Amino acid sequence: MNKCTERLYNGIIKENPTFVLMLGMCPTLAVTTSVINGVGMGLSTTAVLVMSNLLISLLRNIIPDRARVPAFIVIVASFVTITEFLVEGYLPSLYDSLGIYIPLIVVNCIILGRAESYASKNPVFPSIFDGIGMGLGFTVGLCCIGAVRELLGSGQLLGKQIMPASYEPITIFVLAPGAFFVLAVLVAIMNKVRARAEKKGRPLPPAQGCLGGDCSSCMNKACGGHLFSGQEKEGK
Amino acid sequence: MSDLKSVSSSPHIRDKATTSFIMLMVVIALLPATVFGVIQFKLPALSLILVSVATCVLTEYLYEKLMHRKITIGDFSAVVTGLLLALNLPPTLPWWIAVIGSVFAILVVKQLFGGLGQNFMNPALGARCFLLISFTARMTSFAYDGVTGPTPLAVLKSGGGVNTLDMVIGRIPGTIGETSVIAIMIGAIFLILMGIIDLRIPGTYLVTFVVFLIIFGGHGFDMNYITAQLAGGGLMLGAWFMATDYVTSPITKTGQIVYGILLGVLTGVFRLFGPSAEGVSYAIIISNLLVPLIERITLPKAFGKGGKRA
Repeated sequence: MNKCTERLYNGIIKENPTFVLMLGMCPTLAVTTSVINGVGMGLSTTAVLVMSNLLISLLRNIIPDRARVPAFIVIVASFVTITEFLVEGYLPSLYDSLGIYIPLIVVNCIILGRAESYASKNPVFPSIFDGIGMGLGFTVGLCCIGAVRELLGSGQLLGKQIMPASYEPITIFVLAPGAFFVLAVLVAIMNKVRARAEKKGRPLPPAQGCLGGDCSSCMNKACGGHLFSGQEKEGK
Repeated sequence: MSDLKSVSSSPHIRDKATTSFIMLMVVIALLPATVFGVIQFKLPALSLILVSVATCVLTEYLYEKLMHRKITIGDFSAVVTGLLLALNLPPTLPWWIAVIGSVFAILVVKQLFGGLGQNFMNPALGARCFLLISFTARMTSFAYDGVTGPTPLAVLKSGGGVNTLDMVIGRIPGTIGETSVIAIMIGAIFLILMGIIDLRIPGTYLVTFVVFLIIFGGHGFDMNYITAQLAGGGLMLGAWFMATDYVTSPITKTGQIVYGILLGVLTGVFRLFGPSAEGVSYAIIISNLLVPLIERITLPKAFGKGGKRA
């Protein structure tokens, strides 16, 4: 089970999809107007991610290599549909506030990225834990962004008034530009922490989300070869 | 700019202009509008101006101190940013909103992108739009003589009549520095005579805007309407002092004309077809973003390059 806990750590801290891999930016920026939206989106994605990783890992020897992406999409879309109906049935208010972004989980880069780079190459149990780890990492990321935006933009946290009554909400933080500001500042803090850890001589291991320099078949277009060159440097 | 590391080959042009000299001239040119604003809106306006300028300078100093950069508050650019921001605020605004705006202007728009010369949009206007979106109600409530009322532009938009003479002199509600066309023009003429700005950007801006108004304004060639649109809102302050910002306007001569036309059209579109009566600040920051593209397509050809091949 050691491999499984390593997967959890990898997903939440080392390769956090929001702050390190920078995947799934569309829901990250769009739905994090409050903590509850962030948690809802994160957990829905986690559910889909775990189930799709499980199924894709089981079918990894059956799915033909040339048709793998359509096959992944079909599997992911089925689970997204199930999740959508469940959320609509049991959490209608969350369903209303997330809106179009629940069906859009189908095309979330994290899910396809994990299917492509992990679940389709690894056994079932590590794949499940990879899904849980990545999903929780995404949830934590959305939660942090949502908390800052809700606190600054409406003076509340989880719908309860936190700031004193004299505090005037800075509306821009619940609008689209605020998402970019908050994300940028949080990523900057994260990078600073990493840099400091490296200086102290216990570097965080480099991200392993990449396919060993085969950038043409990689999902992570935002990376632009950075992850791989980072690994190269580490090797030398 | 005095510490140039590499110098191109001759011939060199020598000039006494430095960043701090130009910025000081801009401050002097803004003085008539500032003084007029303070006389008109009294103590609240003065305190807003002082708070903005002080916060801008202090933010720049602290950031550069903490980041171990060269301290550049001596070049007066932070003073200009603070002053321009304050002139763009309504006089009734609480002081802490001015502080937030100043910190945003210097920290986010200017320093995070590399300081003076690297900022991609005008810091004062970026901050104004930030505040406008964040505190819409406070930023759009204008009082004159203790009475809160609509600006002449808002009256004009809803089809009412306005007194154009009052608008030119400045006896109207508005932000601290935008009300008096006369005070702004004194400063603008000073800048033109000193050679700090030329007519290319403001000229094309205003002409395009007028042409746009005649075509789409629905009033045809109505002098009263056109004068009111020109004198109202932040158009004059924007055209002469903010569109001409060296950092965020094109350096090529053709580019400056393209930029002016773009500004005129955008301002016209925002004012006539937008939900709000004013659109100068948005027009200028959007055009700021397009400056790199404008410069790329209007880059002059080097001697010997281009032309027909023999």
